Amino acid sequence: MDAWDRVEIARNPKRKTSLDYVENIFDEFIELHGDRQFKDDKAIVCGLARIGNQNFTIIAEQKGRTTKENIERNFGMPNPESYRKGIRFMKQAEKFRRPVITFIDTKGAYPGIGAEERGQGEAIASSMLQMASLTVPTISIVVGEGSSGGALALGLGNKVIMLENAIYSILSPEGYASILWKDSSRAKEAAEVMKLTAKDLKELKVIDKIIKEPEGDEQESFNTISENLKKEILKTIKEYSKKSPEEIKEDRYQKFRNIGEYKIIQ
Amino acid sequence: MIVDKIKKREPTAKRIQNKVDIPVGKWVKCDKCKEIIYKGSLRENLSICPNCGGYFRMHINKRLESIIDEGTYKKFDFNIDTTNPLNLEDYPKKLKTLREKTGIQEAVSSGTGKINGEEVVICVMDSGFLMGSMGIVVGEKITYSIEKAIELKLPIIIFCVSGGARMQEGIISLMQMAKTTSAIEKLNEAGLLYISVLTDPTYGGVTASFASLADIILAEPGAMIGFAGQRVIEQTIGEELLEGFQTAEFLLDHGFIDKIVERKDLKNTLSKLIQLNKN
Ligand SMILES: [Zn+2]
Repeated sequence: MDAWDRVEIARNPKRKTSLDYVENIFDEFIELHGDRQFKDDKAIVCGLARIGNQNFTIIAEQKGRTTKENIERNFGMPNPESYRKGIRFMKQAEKFRRPVITFIDTKGAYPGIGAEERGQGEAIASSMLQMASLTVPTISIVVGEGSSGGALALGLGNKVIMLENAIYSILSPEGYASILWKDSSRAKEAAEVMKLTAKDLKELKVIDKIIKEPEGDEQESFNTISENLKKEILKTIKEYSKKSPEEIKEDRYQKFRNIGEYKIIQ
Repeated sequence: MIVDKIKKREPTAKRIQNKVDIPVGKWVKCDKCKEIIYKGSLRENLSICPNCGGYFRMHINKRLESIIDEGTYKKFDFNIDTTNPLNLEDYPKKLKTLREKTGIQEAVSSGTGKINGEEVVICVMDSGFLMGSMGIVVGEKITYSIEKAIELKLPIIIFCVSGGARMQEGIISLMQMAKTTSAIEKLNEAGLLYISVLTDPTYGGVTASFASLADIILAEPGAMIGFAGQRVIEQTIGEELLEGFQTAEFLLDHGFIDKIVERKDLKNTLSKLIQLNKN
Protein backbone atom coordinates (compact mmCIF):
# COMPACT_ATOMS: atom_id res chain seq x y z
CA MET A 1 0.00 0.00 0.00
CA ASP A 2 1.49 3.35 -0.97
CA ALA A 3 0.98 6.72 0.71
CA TRP A 4 -1.71 7.80 -1.73
CA ASP A 5 -3.81 4.72 -0.92
CA ARG A 6 -3.77 5.81 2.69
CA VAL A 7 -4.75 9.35 1.71
CA GLU A 8 -7.80 7.88 0.02
CA ILE A 9 -8.62 5.64 2.98
CA ALA A 10 -8.21 8.52 5.44
CA ARG A 11 -10.56 10.66 3.37
CA ASN A 12 -13.16 8.00 2.65
CA PRO A 13 -16.53 9.51 3.66
CA LYS A 14 -17.49 6.13 5.14
CA ARG A 15 -14.48 6.08 7.46
CA LYS A 16 -15.27 6.09 11.17
CA THR A 17 -15.21 9.58 12.64
CA SER A 18 -13.99 10.96 15.94
CA LEU A 19 -17.42 10.69 17.58
CA ASP A 20 -17.73 7.05 16.51
CA TYR A 21 -14.56 6.32 18.45
CA VAL A 22 -15.56 8.48 21.41
CA GLU A 23 -18.85 6.61 21.69
CA ASN A 24 -17.17 3.22 21.35
CA ILE A 25 -14.22 3.84 23.71
CA PHE A 26 -15.81 5.65 26.64
CA ASP A 27 -18.44 4.25 29.03
CA GLU A 28 -20.14 7.62 29.13
CA PHE A 29 -19.95 10.77 27.04
CA ILE A 30 -21.88 13.99 27.33
CA GLU A 31 -21.41 16.77 24.78
CA LEU A 32 -21.28 20.39 25.98
CA HIS A 33 -21.53 23.33 23.63
CA GLY A 34 -20.25 26.78 22.81
CA ASP A 35 -17.25 29.07 23.17
CA ARG A 36 -19.18 31.54 25.40
CA GLN A 37 -18.08 34.35 23.10
CA PHE A 38 -19.64 34.01 19.70
CA LYS A 39 -21.23 30.67 18.85
CA ASP A 40 -21.17 26.91 18.95
CA ASP A 41 -19.05 25.93 15.96
CA LYS A 42 -19.78 22.29 15.23
CA ALA A 43 -16.56 21.25 13.51
CA ILE A 44 -15.16 20.58 16.98
CA VAL A 45 -17.13 18.64 19.57
CA CYS A 46 -16.30 19.03 23.25
CA GLY A 47 -17.56 17.19 26.27
CA LEU A 48 -16.95 15.05 29.31
CA ALA A 49 -16.36 11.32 29.25
CA ARG A 50 -15.56 8.47 31.57
CA ILE A 51 -13.95 5.04 31.57
CA GLY A 52 -14.60 3.23 34.86
CA ASN A 53 -14.08 5.93 37.44
CA GLN A 54 -11.61 7.95 35.38
CA ASN A 55 -13.01 11.18 33.92
CA PHE A 56 -11.77 12.86 30.75
CA THR A 57 -12.22 16.05 28.77
CA ILE A 58 -12.86 15.34 25.09
CA ILE A 59 -12.06 17.81 22.28
CA ALA A 60 -12.71 16.26 18.88
CA GLU A 61 -12.62 17.46 15.29
CA GLN A 62 -15.69 16.01 13.68
CA LYS A 63 -16.55 15.45 10.04
CA GLY A 64 -20.15 14.74 9.17
CA ARG A 65 -21.37 11.18 8.66
CA THR A 66 -24.17 12.31 6.35
CA THR A 67 -24.42 15.19 3.87
CA LYS A 68 -26.68 17.04 6.28
CA GLU A 69 -24.27 16.57 9.17
CA ASN A 70 -21.34 17.54 6.96
CA ILE A 71 -22.96 20.86 6.12
CA GLU A 72 -23.69 21.46 9.81
CA ARG A 73 -20.11 20.66 10.72
CA ASN A 74 -18.58 22.59 7.81
CA PHE A 75 -17.02 19.32 6.57
CA GLY A 76 -14.90 19.20 9.70
CA MET A 77 -13.15 22.49 8.97
CA PRO A 78 -13.14 24.54 12.17
CA ASN A 79 -13.76 28.24 12.41
CA PRO A 80 -11.98 30.14 15.21
CA GLU A 81 -14.91 29.57 17.59
CA SER A 82 -14.25 25.84 17.50
CA TYR A 83 -10.72 26.35 18.80
CA ARG A 84 -11.97 28.84 21.39
CA LYS A 85 -14.52 26.29 22.57
CA GLY A 86 -11.65 23.81 22.88
CA ILE A 87 -9.62 26.33 24.89
CA ARG A 88 -12.55 26.77 27.28
CA PHE A 89 -12.63 23.02 27.88
CA MET A 90 -8.86 22.79 28.30
CA LYS A 91 -9.08 25.39 31.06
CA GLN A 92 -11.75 23.37 32.80
CA ALA A 93 -9.72 20.21 32.46
CA GLU A 94 -6.86 21.97 34.23
CA LYS A 95 -9.19 23.25 36.96
CA PHE A 96 -10.68 19.83 37.65
CA ARG A 97 -7.45 17.87 36.99
CA ARG A 98 -8.97 15.84 34.13
CA PRO A 99 -6.81 14.36 31.39
CA VAL A 100 -7.55 15.78 27.93
CA ILE A 101 -8.08 13.52 24.93
CA THR A 102 -8.16 15.25 21.54
CA PHE A 103 -9.24 13.63 18.29
CA ILE A 104 -7.84 15.01 15.04
CA ASP A 105 -9.64 14.70 11.73
CA THR A 106 -9.70 17.74 9.46
CA LYS A 107 -8.73 18.93 6.00
CA GLY A 108 -7.63 22.09 7.80
CA ALA A 109 -8.99 25.18 9.50
CA TYR A 110 -11.65 26.87 7.37
CA PRO A 111 -10.22 29.49 4.96
CA GLY A 112 -13.09 31.98 4.93
CA ILE A 113 -13.65 35.71 5.28
CA GLY A 114 -15.36 35.42 8.67
CA ALA A 115 -12.65 33.07 9.92
CA GLU A 116 -10.00 35.66 9.08
CA GLU A 117 -12.05 38.51 10.54
CA ARG A 118 -12.34 36.59 13.78
CA GLY A 119 -8.66 35.65 13.97
CA GLN A 120 -8.19 32.10 12.71
CA GLY A 121 -4.43 32.37 13.19
CA GLU A 122 -4.78 33.71 16.72
CA ALA A 123 -7.28 30.97 17.60
CA ILE A 124 -4.99 28.17 16.43
CA ALA A 125 -1.96 29.69 18.14
CA SER A 126 -3.88 30.15 21.39
CA SER A 127 -5.20 26.61 21.27
CA MET A 128 -1.63 25.29 21.02
CA LEU A 129 -0.48 27.65 23.77
CA GLN A 130 -3.29 26.51 26.06
CA MET A 131 -2.46 22.88 25.39
CA ALA A 132 1.23 23.55 26.09
CA SER A 133 0.28 25.11 29.43
CA LEU A 134 -1.68 22.13 30.78
CA THR A 135 -0.32 20.22 33.74
CA VAL A 136 -2.75 17.33 33.25
CA PRO A 137 -1.84 14.57 30.79
CA THR A 138 -2.93 15.13 27.21
CA ILE A 139 -3.32 12.55 24.46
CA SER A 140 -3.84 13.47 20.80
CA ILE A 141 -5.23 10.86 18.44
CA VAL A 142 -5.13 11.32 14.67
CA VAL A 143 -8.03 9.21 13.42
CA GLY A 144 -8.41 10.39 9.81
CA GLU A 145 -7.00 13.42 8.07
CA GLY A 146 -4.64 15.60 10.09
CA SER A 147 -3.93 18.50 7.81
CA SER A 148 -2.07 21.70 8.60
CA GLY A 149 -2.29 24.06 11.56
CA GLY A 150 -5.98 23.29 11.86
CA ALA A 151 -5.01 19.79 12.98
CA LEU A 152 -1.95 20.73 15.03
CA ALA A 153 -4.08 23.15 17.08
CA LEU A 154 -5.21 20.04 19.00
CA GLY A 155 -1.97 18.13 18.53
CA LEU A 156 0.15 19.00 21.57
CA GLY A 157 -0.40 15.73 23.37
CA ASN A 158 2.01 14.20 25.87
CA LYS A 159 1.36 11.20 23.66
CA VAL A 160 0.45 11.48 20.00
CA ILE A 161 -1.25 8.38 18.65
CA MET A 162 -2.13 7.71 15.04
CA LEU A 163 -4.32 5.13 13.38
CA GLU A 164 -2.44 3.06 10.81
CA ASN A 165 -4.27 4.51 7.82
CA ALA A 166 -4.60 8.06 9.07
CA ILE A 167 -2.47 10.82 7.55
CA TYR A 168 -0.84 13.84 9.19
CA SER A 169 0.78 16.58 7.14
CA ILE A 170 1.75 20.21 6.69
CA LEU A 171 -0.96 20.62 4.06
CA SER A 172 -3.06 18.46 1.75
CA PRO A 173 -1.02 16.72 -0.98
CA GLU A 174 -2.96 18.84 -3.51
CA GLY A 175 -1.96 22.04 -1.72
CA TYR A 176 1.62 20.88 -1.38
CA ALA A 177 1.92 20.07 -5.09
CA SER A 178 0.29 23.33 -6.01
CA ILE A 179 2.64 25.45 -3.88
CA LEU A 180 5.86 23.58 -4.51
CA TRP A 181 5.39 22.45 -8.10
CA LYS A 182 2.62 24.85 -9.20
CA ASP A 183 0.59 21.81 -10.23
CA SER A 184 -2.10 20.39 -7.92
CA SER A 185 -2.63 17.41 -10.23
CA ARG A 186 0.67 16.00 -8.93
CA ALA A 187 -0.97 15.29 -5.54
CA LYS A 188 -0.25 11.56 -5.73
CA GLU A 189 3.42 12.21 -6.20
CA ALA A 190 3.35 14.76 -3.38
CA ALA A 191 1.78 12.23 -1.02
CA GLU A 192 4.73 9.92 -1.60
CA VAL A 193 7.38 12.52 -0.71
CA MET A 194 5.57 14.28 2.14
CA LYS A 195 6.06 11.57 4.81
CA LEU A 196 2.47 11.74 5.89
CA THR A 197 1.88 8.09 6.83
CA ALA A 198 1.89 6.81 10.40
CA LYS A 199 4.99 4.72 9.72
CA ASP A 200 7.00 7.68 8.35
CA LEU A 201 5.86 9.95 11.17
CA LYS A 202 6.82 7.41 13.82
CA GLU A 203 10.31 7.28 12.32
CA LEU A 204 10.49 11.08 12.41
CA LYS A 205 9.35 10.96 16.08
CA VAL A 206 6.41 13.21 15.25
CA ILE A 207 4.07 10.57 16.68
CA ASP A 208 4.59 8.06 19.48
CA LYS A 209 2.33 5.15 18.71
CA ILE A 210 0.57 3.52 15.76
CA ILE A 211 -2.71 1.69 16.29
CA LYS A 212 -3.14 -1.05 13.69
CA GLU A 213 -6.24 -1.20 11.55
CA PRO A 214 -7.03 -4.87 10.96
CA GLU A 215 -8.44 -5.75 7.53
CA GLY A 216 -11.61 -7.77 7.13
CA ASP A 217 -14.97 -7.21 8.76
CA GLU A 218 -15.45 -3.48 9.20
CA GLN A 219 -17.33 -3.62 12.51
CA GLU A 220 -14.85 -6.07 13.97
CA SER A 221 -11.95 -3.90 12.89
CA PHE A 222 -13.61 -0.81 14.38
CA ASN A 223 -14.10 -2.63 17.70
CA THR A 224 -10.50 -3.83 17.76
CA ILE A 225 -9.16 -0.33 17.05
CA SER A 226 -11.41 1.16 19.75
CA GLU A 227 -10.33 -1.49 22.25
CA ASN A 228 -6.64 -0.84 21.53
CA LEU A 229 -7.11 2.92 21.75
CA LYS A 230 -8.82 2.47 25.09
CA LYS A 231 -5.94 0.32 26.36
CA GLU A 232 -3.43 2.90 25.17
CA ILE A 233 -5.34 5.77 26.81
CA LEU A 234 -5.55 3.94 30.15
CA LYS A 235 -1.91 2.87 29.98
CA THR A 236 -0.80 6.44 29.32
CA ILE A 237 -2.94 7.86 32.13
CA LYS A 238 -1.47 5.29 34.52
CA GLU A 239 2.07 6.21 33.42
CA TYR A 240 1.42 9.90 34.01
CA SER A 241 -0.31 9.37 37.34
CA LYS A 242 3.19 8.84 38.77
CA LYS A 243 4.37 12.24 37.54
CA SER A 244 3.90 15.64 39.15
CA PRO A 245 1.95 18.34 37.27
CA GLU A 246 5.25 20.12 36.52
CA GLU A 247 6.80 16.93 35.18
CA ILE A 248 3.82 16.31 32.92
CA LYS A 249 4.17 19.77 31.42
CA GLU A 250 7.96 19.55 31.11
CA ASP A 251 7.72 16.12 29.47
CA ARG A 252 5.49 17.59 26.80
CA TYR A 253 7.83 20.55 26.36
CA GLN A 254 10.85 18.30 25.79
CA LYS A 255 8.92 16.10 23.39
CA PHE A 256 8.05 18.97 21.03
CA ARG A 257 11.35 20.75 21.69
CA ASN A 258 13.20 17.79 20.24
CA ILE A 259 11.21 17.12 17.08
CA GLY A 260 13.31 17.48 13.92
CA GLU A 261 17.03 17.16 13.40
CA TYR A 262 19.43 19.87 12.37
CA LYS A 263 23.14 20.19 11.63
CA ILE A 264 25.47 22.52 13.47
CA ILE A 265 27.56 24.67 11.12
CA GLN A 266 31.06 25.29 12.44
CA MET B 1 31.22 42.55 7.76
CA ILE B 2 27.53 43.20 7.54
CA VAL B 3 28.09 45.92 4.93
CA ASP B 4 30.23 43.59 2.83
CA LYS B 5 27.41 41.12 2.63
CA ILE B 6 24.91 43.72 1.53
CA LYS B 7 27.24 44.81 -1.24
CA LYS B 8 27.56 41.26 -2.47
CA ARG B 9 23.80 41.07 -2.96
CA GLU B 10 23.74 43.57 -5.78
CA PRO B 11 24.14 42.14 -9.24
CA THR B 12 26.17 44.34 -11.56
CA ALA B 13 24.03 46.90 -13.31
CA LYS B 14 24.80 46.39 -16.93
CA ARG B 15 21.41 45.87 -18.41
CA ILE B 16 19.88 49.28 -17.89
CA GLN B 17 19.78 49.80 -21.66
CA ASN B 18 18.01 46.48 -22.05
CA LYS B 19 14.70 46.29 -23.88
CA VAL B 20 13.00 45.27 -20.62
CA ASP B 21 11.56 48.42 -19.15
CA ILE B 22 12.48 47.50 -15.60
CA PRO B 23 16.13 48.33 -15.12
CA VAL B 24 18.07 46.00 -12.89
CA GLY B 25 20.94 46.50 -10.55
CA LYS B 26 20.87 49.99 -9.13
CA TRP B 27 17.20 50.55 -9.91
CA VAL B 28 14.01 48.99 -8.69
CA LYS B 29 10.35 49.40 -9.55
CA CYS B 30 7.97 50.39 -6.75
CA ASP B 31 5.03 47.96 -6.60
CA LYS B 32 2.75 50.64 -5.32
CA CYS B 33 3.32 53.67 -7.55
CA LYS B 34 5.14 51.83 -10.39
CA GLU B 35 7.89 54.50 -10.39
CA ILE B 36 11.46 53.41 -11.03
CA ILE B 37 13.40 54.16 -7.87
CA TYR B 38 17.14 54.51 -7.36
CA LYS B 39 18.19 51.87 -4.82
CA GLY B 40 20.53 54.28 -3.08
CA SER B 41 17.65 56.58 -2.21
CA LEU B 42 15.73 53.60 -0.81
CA ARG B 43 18.68 52.65 1.33
CA GLU B 44 18.84 56.09 2.87
CA ASN B 45 15.09 56.12 3.47
CA LEU B 46 14.43 52.90 5.51
CA SER B 47 13.47 51.11 2.26
CA ILE B 48 10.50 53.43 1.84
CA CYS B 49 9.61 54.67 -1.65
CA PRO B 50 10.62 58.37 -1.87
CA ASN B 51 7.86 58.90 -4.44
CA CYS B 52 4.75 57.41 -2.80
CA GLY B 53 5.82 56.42 0.73
CA GLY B 54 5.15 52.72 0.03
CA TYR B 55 7.12 50.21 2.08
CA PHE B 56 9.63 47.86 0.47
CA ARG B 57 10.44 44.66 2.35
CA MET B 58 13.58 45.02 4.43
CA HIS B 59 16.74 42.94 4.41
CA ILE B 60 17.69 41.55 7.84
CA ASN B 61 20.75 43.78 8.08
CA LYS B 62 18.84 46.93 7.16
CA ARG B 63 16.18 46.11 9.72
CA LEU B 64 18.73 45.54 12.46
CA GLU B 65 20.46 48.77 11.53
CA SER B 66 17.18 50.67 11.83
CA ILE B 67 16.24 49.25 15.24
CA ILE B 68 19.37 48.32 17.14
CA ASP B 69 21.83 50.87 18.57
CA GLU B 70 24.97 50.98 16.47
CA GLY B 71 27.58 48.39 17.40
CA THR B 72 25.45 46.63 20.03
CA TYR B 73 24.10 43.68 18.02
CA LYS B 74 25.65 40.38 19.04
CA LYS B 75 24.46 37.53 16.88
CA PHE B 76 23.90 34.29 18.79
CA ASP B 77 26.59 31.71 18.21
CA PHE B 78 24.06 29.17 16.98
CA ASN B 79 24.52 28.40 13.31
CA ILE B 80 22.51 25.48 12.07
CA ASP B 81 21.33 23.94 8.86
CA THR B 82 18.42 21.73 7.87
CA THR B 83 18.87 17.98 7.42
CA ASN B 84 16.43 18.03 4.48
CA PRO B 85 13.91 15.72 6.18
CA LEU B 86 11.95 14.94 2.99
CA ASN B 87 15.18 14.19 1.08
CA LEU B 88 14.20 16.57 -1.72
CA GLU B 89 16.82 16.52 -4.43
CA ASP B 90 16.90 20.19 -5.38
CA TYR B 91 16.28 21.71 -1.94
CA PRO B 92 19.89 21.89 -0.65
CA LYS B 93 20.95 23.36 -4.01
CA LYS B 94 18.23 25.97 -3.75
CA LEU B 95 19.37 26.92 -0.24
CA LYS B 96 22.97 27.24 -1.39
CA THR B 97 22.02 29.55 -4.25
CA LEU B 98 19.88 31.67 -1.95
CA ARG B 99 22.67 32.00 0.59
CA GLU B 100 24.99 33.29 -2.09
CA LYS B 101 22.39 35.65 -3.50
CA THR B 102 21.10 37.13 -0.23
CA GLY B 103 24.23 37.01 1.90
CA ILE B 104 22.22 35.49 4.74
CA GLN B 105 22.30 31.96 6.08
CA GLU B 106 18.57 31.44 6.66
CA ALA B 107 15.25 33.27 6.96
CA VAL B 108 15.93 34.53 10.48
CA SER B 109 18.81 36.15 12.32
CA SER B 110 18.82 36.46 16.10
CA GLY B 111 20.94 37.85 18.87
CA THR B 112 21.05 40.47 21.59
CA GLY B 113 21.30 44.21 21.17
CA LYS B 114 20.16 47.52 22.55
CA ILE B 115 17.19 49.65 21.50
CA ASN B 116 17.81 53.21 22.74
CA GLY B 117 19.86 51.64 25.50
CA GLU B 118 17.33 48.92 26.38
CA GLU B 119 18.91 45.46 26.18
CA VAL B 120 16.77 42.91 24.29
CA VAL B 121 16.83 39.61 22.47
CA ILE B 122 15.85 40.28 18.87
CA CYS B 123 14.87 38.00 15.99
CA VAL B 124 14.48 39.36 12.48
CA MET B 125 13.01 37.36 9.63
CA ASP B 126 13.74 38.04 5.95
CA SER B 127 11.27 37.60 3.10
CA GLY B 128 14.13 37.29 0.63
CA PHE B 129 14.86 33.80 1.88
CA LEU B 130 12.12 31.43 0.64
CA MET B 131 9.56 34.07 1.63
CA GLY B 132 10.63 33.88 5.26
CA SER B 133 9.15 30.41 5.53
CA MET B 134 9.60 28.46 8.76
CA GLY B 135 11.42 25.16 8.58
CA ILE B 136 13.56 23.59 11.27
CA VAL B 137 16.22 26.32 11.22
CA VAL B 138 13.73 29.15 11.73
CA GLY B 139 11.79 27.15 14.36
CA GLU B 140 14.94 26.22 16.27
CA LYS B 141 16.41 29.71 16.12
CA ILE B 142 13.20 31.34 17.35
CA THR B 143 12.94 28.75 20.14
CA TYR B 144 16.61 29.14 21.04
CA SER B 145 16.14 32.92 21.19
CA ILE B 146 13.11 32.61 23.48
CA GLU B 147 15.07 30.29 25.76
CA LYS B 148 17.97 32.76 25.71
CA ALA B 149 15.59 35.58 26.68
CA ILE B 150 14.49 33.48 29.64
CA GLU B 151 18.08 32.69 30.61
CA LEU B 152 19.19 36.33 30.29
CA LYS B 153 15.89 37.70 31.72
CA LEU B 154 15.48 40.04 28.74
CA PRO B 155 12.48 41.18 26.72
CA ILE B 156 12.24 39.60 23.28
CA ILE B 157 11.29 41.33 20.04
CA ILE B 158 10.44 39.30 16.92
CA PHE B 159 10.12 40.98 13.51
CA CYS B 160 7.88 38.64 11.54
CA VAL B 161 7.68 38.26 7.80
CA SER B 162 6.70 34.88 6.44
CA GLY B 163 4.63 33.00 3.93
CA GLY B 164 4.11 30.35 6.62
CA ALA B 165 5.51 26.90 7.27
CA ARG B 166 8.19 25.79 4.78
CA MET B 167 6.76 23.24 2.36
CA GLN B 168 10.15 21.73 1.55
CA GLU B 169 10.47 20.34 5.10
CA GLY B 170 6.93 19.00 5.32
CA ILE B 171 5.61 17.91 8.69
CA ILE B 172 8.83 18.97 10.44
CA SER B 173 8.01 22.56 9.46
CA LEU B 174 4.49 22.18 10.83
CA MET B 175 5.92 20.95 14.13
CA GLN B 176 7.94 24.16 14.51
CA MET B 177 4.63 25.86 15.28
CA ALA B 178 4.22 23.59 18.31
CA LYS B 179 7.85 24.05 19.31
CA THR B 180 7.89 27.86 19.20
CA THR B 181 4.49 28.08 20.89
CA SER B 182 5.62 25.81 23.72
CA ALA B 183 8.64 28.05 24.23
CA ILE B 184 6.34 31.08 24.53
CA GLU B 185 4.47 29.29 27.31
CA LYS B 186 7.82 29.14 29.16
CA LEU B 187 8.43 32.82 28.48
CA ASN B 188 5.02 33.65 29.93
CA GLU B 189 5.81 31.60 33.03
CA ALA B 190 9.02 33.56 33.41
CA GLY B 191 7.07 36.83 33.24
CA LEU B 192 9.06 38.32 30.39
CA LEU B 193 7.88 40.80 27.79
CA TYR B 194 7.42 39.66 24.20
CA ILE B 195 6.64 42.11 21.39
CA SER B 196 6.04 40.91 17.84
CA VAL B 197 6.18 43.26 14.88
CA LEU B 198 4.21 41.99 11.89
CA THR B 199 5.55 43.14 8.55
CA ASP B 200 4.46 42.45 5.01
CA PRO B 201 3.56 39.61 4.54
CA THR B 202 2.91 37.51 7.66
CA TYR B 203 0.86 34.39 6.94
CA GLY B 204 0.07 30.76 7.70
CA GLY B 205 2.01 28.86 10.30
CA VAL B 206 3.82 31.94 11.57
CA THR B 207 0.57 33.87 12.08
CA ALA B 208 -0.87 30.72 13.69
CA SER B 209 1.98 30.45 16.19
CA PHE B 210 4.48 32.89 17.71
CA ALA B 211 3.47 35.98 15.69
CA SER B 212 0.01 36.04 17.29
CA LEU B 213 1.10 35.18 20.82
CA ALA B 214 3.00 38.30 21.85
CA ASP B 215 2.04 40.49 24.80
CA ILE B 216 2.06 43.39 22.38
CA ILE B 217 1.56 42.97 18.65
CA LEU B 218 2.65 45.84 16.41
CA ALA B 219 2.36 46.02 12.65
CA GLU B 220 3.70 48.18 9.85
CA PRO B 221 1.08 50.17 7.90
CA GLY B 222 -0.42 48.27 4.98
CA ALA B 223 1.24 44.97 5.87
CA MET B 224 -0.71 41.93 4.67
CA ILE B 225 -1.40 39.61 7.60
CA GLY B 226 -3.55 36.51 7.78
CA PHE B 227 -3.82 32.78 8.24
CA ALA B 228 -5.13 31.56 4.89
CA GLY B 229 -3.77 33.01 1.67
CA GLN B 230 -6.09 35.14 -0.43
CA ARG B 231 -6.07 32.78 -3.41
CA VAL B 232 -7.13 29.85 -1.21
CA ILE B 233 -9.94 31.90 0.34
CA GLU B 234 -11.17 33.06 -3.08
CA GLN B 235 -11.16 29.50 -4.37
CA THR B 236 -13.05 28.30 -1.30
CA ILE B 237 -15.76 30.92 -1.21
CA GLY B 238 -15.92 31.48 -4.99
CA GLU B 239 -15.84 35.26 -4.86
CA GLU B 240 -13.28 38.02 -4.99
CA LEU B 241 -12.06 39.59 -1.79
CA LEU B 242 -12.60 43.22 -1.00
CA GLU B 243 -9.79 45.77 -1.05
CA GLY B 244 -8.24 46.11 2.38
CA PHE B 245 -8.99 42.55 3.53
CA GLN B 246 -6.15 41.14 5.69
CA THR B 247 -4.27 44.44 5.90
CA ALA B 248 -2.76 45.61 9.18
CA GLU B 249 -5.55 48.20 9.33
CA PHE B 250 -8.16 45.41 8.95
CA LEU B 251 -6.58 43.44 11.79
CA LEU B 252 -6.43 46.51 14.02
CA ASP B 253 -10.09 47.14 13.33
CA HIS B 254 -10.97 43.54 14.25
CA GLY B 255 -8.99 43.67 17.45
CA PHE B 256 -6.07 41.40 16.60
CA ILE B 257 -3.16 43.82 16.84
CA ASP B 258 -2.31 46.48 19.38
CA LYS B 259 -1.00 49.24 17.20
CA ILE B 260 0.13 50.17 13.71
CA VAL B 261 3.47 51.94 13.80
CA GLU B 262 5.25 53.66 10.94
CA ARG B 263 8.69 52.35 10.15
CA LYS B 264 10.43 55.56 11.17
CA ASP B 265 8.77 55.40 14.61
CA LEU B 266 9.32 51.71 15.35
CA LYS B 267 12.57 52.04 17.26
CA ASN B 268 11.29 54.72 19.64
CA THR B 269 7.94 52.95 20.09
CA LEU B 270 9.70 49.71 21.00
CA SER B 271 11.97 51.32 23.56
CA LYS B 272 9.04 53.21 25.08
CA LEU B 273 6.98 50.02 25.38
CA ILE B 274 9.89 48.23 26.99
CA GLN B 275 10.26 51.03 29.54
CA LEU B 276 6.52 51.05 30.27
CA ASN B 277 6.64 47.32 30.96
CA LYS B 278 9.41 47.56 33.52
CA ASN B 279 8.51 47.17 37.17
ZN1 LIG C 1 6.23 54.12 -4.71
